[in-house]
Amino acid sequence: MSGSPITVTVRYFALFREHAGCDTETVTTTATTAAELFAELGDRHGSLEPASHCKVAINDAMTGWDAELGDGDTILLFPPVAGG
Amino acid sequence: MMRMVTAPIDVAALRAELVDPAAGAYAGFEGWIRNVNEGQAVLRLEYEAYEPLALSEGEDVIAEAARRFPLLAASCVHRTGLLEIGECAVWVGVSAGHRDEAFRACRYIIDEVKVRLPIWKKEHYANGDSGWVNCERCAGGHRSTA
Repeated sequence: MSGSPITVTVRYFALFREHAGCDTETVTTTATTAAELFAELGDRHGSLEPASHCKVAINDAMTGWDAELGDGDTILLFPPVAGG
Repeated sequence: MMRMVTAPIDVAALRAELVDPAAGAYAGFEGWIRNVNEGQAVLRLEYEAYEPLALSEGEDVIAEAARRFPLLAASCVHRTGLLEIGECAVWVGVSAGHRDEAFRACRYIIDEVKVRLPIWKKEHYANGDSGWVNCERCAGGHRSTA
């Protein structure tokens, strides 16, 4: 389901940064949820990690993939974590 | 408290912060860099974190442990950067009245830290390859469960 285009900042970490070739980019998208944006960027950057293994934060707060995006948001895309 | 550091972890100093005359038990955990993962010889590990959320999630984990178990003090320190074999990547310490809650809380904290905090590690292998642990598409399609 697409909406009118919004512009967001996306920050990549670890493997995602390597796939994207940058650690931050400004994206104009019709995606309305974090999941939709993730799928769109996965297609663009060739990333195969399923969202279920990954995490997302919006404006520095951890959230779920069904979270709605707002114009001007900063979305942080976290590949599968591996601390410890 | 939760801390993210780049310098080597001084476990003795951190343990000293947990000392309490009411504590009958201290349980500590250290995560060390080992030289093999899923049959591949590992030379070193590179840790990366998104620090603001690693800190806030880590504080949440410790607060949860304190609600679940009767603790006196609990602390976790995770290191980032390039770590060599044998170095300590993470320390968890808990002091409590008795050993049961100390052990349980220590286990709870490290288990949660490993699945919740935005921290990633890249293994550098002896054959020259490298790969991000737990990722489907790391070098050579290698999936690890470190």
